Amino acid sequence: MNGLSELYQQLIIDHNRNPRNFGALDGANRTASGDNPLCGDQIRVYLRVTNGVIEDARFEGNGCAISQASASLMTTAVRGKSAAAALELFRAFHRMVTSPPAEAPDAKALGKLAAFAGVRTFPARVKCANLAWHTLRAALEGDPGGVSTE
Amino acid sequence: MTTLPSARPAAAGTLARWDLKRARAEFPILARTVHGHRLVYLDNAATAQKPLVVIEALTRFYQEYNANIHRAVHALSEEATAAYESARVRIQRFLHADEAREIVFVRGTTEAINLVAHSFVRPRLKPGDEVLITAMEHHSNIVPWQLVCEERGARLRVAPMNRAGELLLEDYAALLGPRTRFVSVVQVSNSLGTINPVAEMIRLAHDRHIPVLVDGAQAVPHGPVDVGSLDCDFYAFSGHKAYGPTGIGVLYGKAGLLEEMPPYQGGGDMIRSVSFEKTTFAPIPAKFEAGTPHVAGVVGLGAAVDYLSTLDWRQIAEHEADLLDYAATSLAAVPGVRLIGTATPKAAVVSFVVDGVHAHDVGTILDQEGVAVRTGHHCTQPVMDFFGVPATARASFGLYNGRDDVDALVAGLGRVRQVFGE
Repeated sequence: MNGLSELYQQLIIDHNRNPRNFGALDGANRTASGDNPLCGDQIRVYLRVTNGVIEDARFEGNGCAISQASASLMTTAVRGKSAAAALELFRAFHRMVTSPPAEAPDAKALGKLAAFAGVRTFPARVKCANLAWHTLRAALEGDPGGVSTE
Repeated sequence: MTTLPSARPAAAGTLARWDLKRARAEFPILARTVHGHRLVYLDNAATAQKPLVVIEALTRFYQEYNANIHRAVHALSEEATAAYESARVRIQRFLHADEAREIVFVRGTTEAINLVAHSFVRPRLKPGDEVLITAMEHHSNIVPWQLVCEERGARLRVAPMNRAGELLLEDYAALLGPRTRFVSVVQVSNSLGTINPVAEMIRLAHDRHIPVLVDGAQAVPHGPVDVGSLDCDFYAFSGHKAYGPTGIGVLYGKAGLLEEMPPYQGGGDMIRSVSFEKTTFAPIPAKFEAGTPHVAGVVGLGAAVDYLSTLDWRQIAEHEADLLDYAATSLAAVPGVRLIGTATPKAAVVSFVVDGVHAHDVGTILDQEGVAVRTGHHCTQPVMDFFGVPATARASFGLYNGRDDVDALVAGLGRVRQVFGE
């Protein structure tokens, strides 16, 4: 019960039901697609990057609540950040969701993304939380081909 | 003829009821808890749990007579060889095959289908020829045919189904054409539960002299199979879905067909004599069993079919039909739940979606309640596309499941609603 309510925090439920920044981005200059072949989660990330800064970020896709809420909160979090800062955020996010369940998660500097700390006790769902971020990285690194978490 | 159970609830009082309590006692794993709850195992279509007799047979093999087979003259090897070949004979009887040499041990259904695709169908395919499957095949009965068709310039045709998940038999018959070289069909759909009329499908194909493989992976766990009266040319199933070990399965093939096929893999145990100039192959079935086989797996599968052979399948059929009926009715009464696959007849498999909640979230929440279901596309992506859903949750029942398991599933779906606040 505790694990479940930690996983499905109200913020995650809310962003799943009302995803922010959902839909294609006119004028995007970086895009990439990603999927979880075993789950069927699919995501497409659209970015408008100018002088190394993510001016706008949107996404389309379908999948579980964790994957969709993660994409929603990610696009909100990286807007206005430099590409380097966004990738640093991914590293911090990844560390948090893969940290040992017994330890208190290191969610400093993650802001609202700390809502995903509960994922670390559900190893099968880590890839759901990470999918949007892997896809973001592929878009930033100019790899529009398919990102796959398997 | 196959005697798989259908969804019709049986008339009450016609025979003794299936002894669920006794059946459950045979499966040690059912005594464990998951997240503090009694294990409610509803993922039998992925793999079934193992009765104690199977576990003990595996242990006894490794503790008492583990040896390689068909080679040495020592006592252990002779005992292991005898156990291995004895299992083949018992599986032959279990499937009602004419001869033990028609039973080839493979890793599972997937390998059996690949073997037939590679050794039987591939050499027969010319550009423009066709292989026919159905719209509800598992990926393992799609991809091997795509590979050989692509290589040979042949075409893979797909017999359609309706919105209930029932095969359209007339369309199937119409697709059996002058270029059809092979038919490969699933007997029971893993994601929909549909029981296909394979006897009729085989007859229609044979009218045109087209050989047929039946994928029996989901059929064998639900009732006796008679390959003789089905008259299929090949039949494939996996041990682990039929209460046996993982990593072992069976390809049945008519002796005449197996004899004319080239080997699938080369190696030890499949030869009569080898020189650097020429190798003479062993007769069937050894020709298809290159290398040291999964001896323990065969011993365990032998124990599993012995176990299945002792059961009263009329009782189990009635029990599973009742479970299917109860599950379908109970789930349909849960707000927001929609069943995917409502064929008649149908095996005890219920796929469903919950409005506004992805199958994986459903699966995670059910797991916290001790209820194990499969979520995802079930290796049937074309089926998911047909029904316009990315994934489903699937409850698949075995002979140790009861109405209390359905109740636990329904209660778990209440938790799903609670978590998602709808």
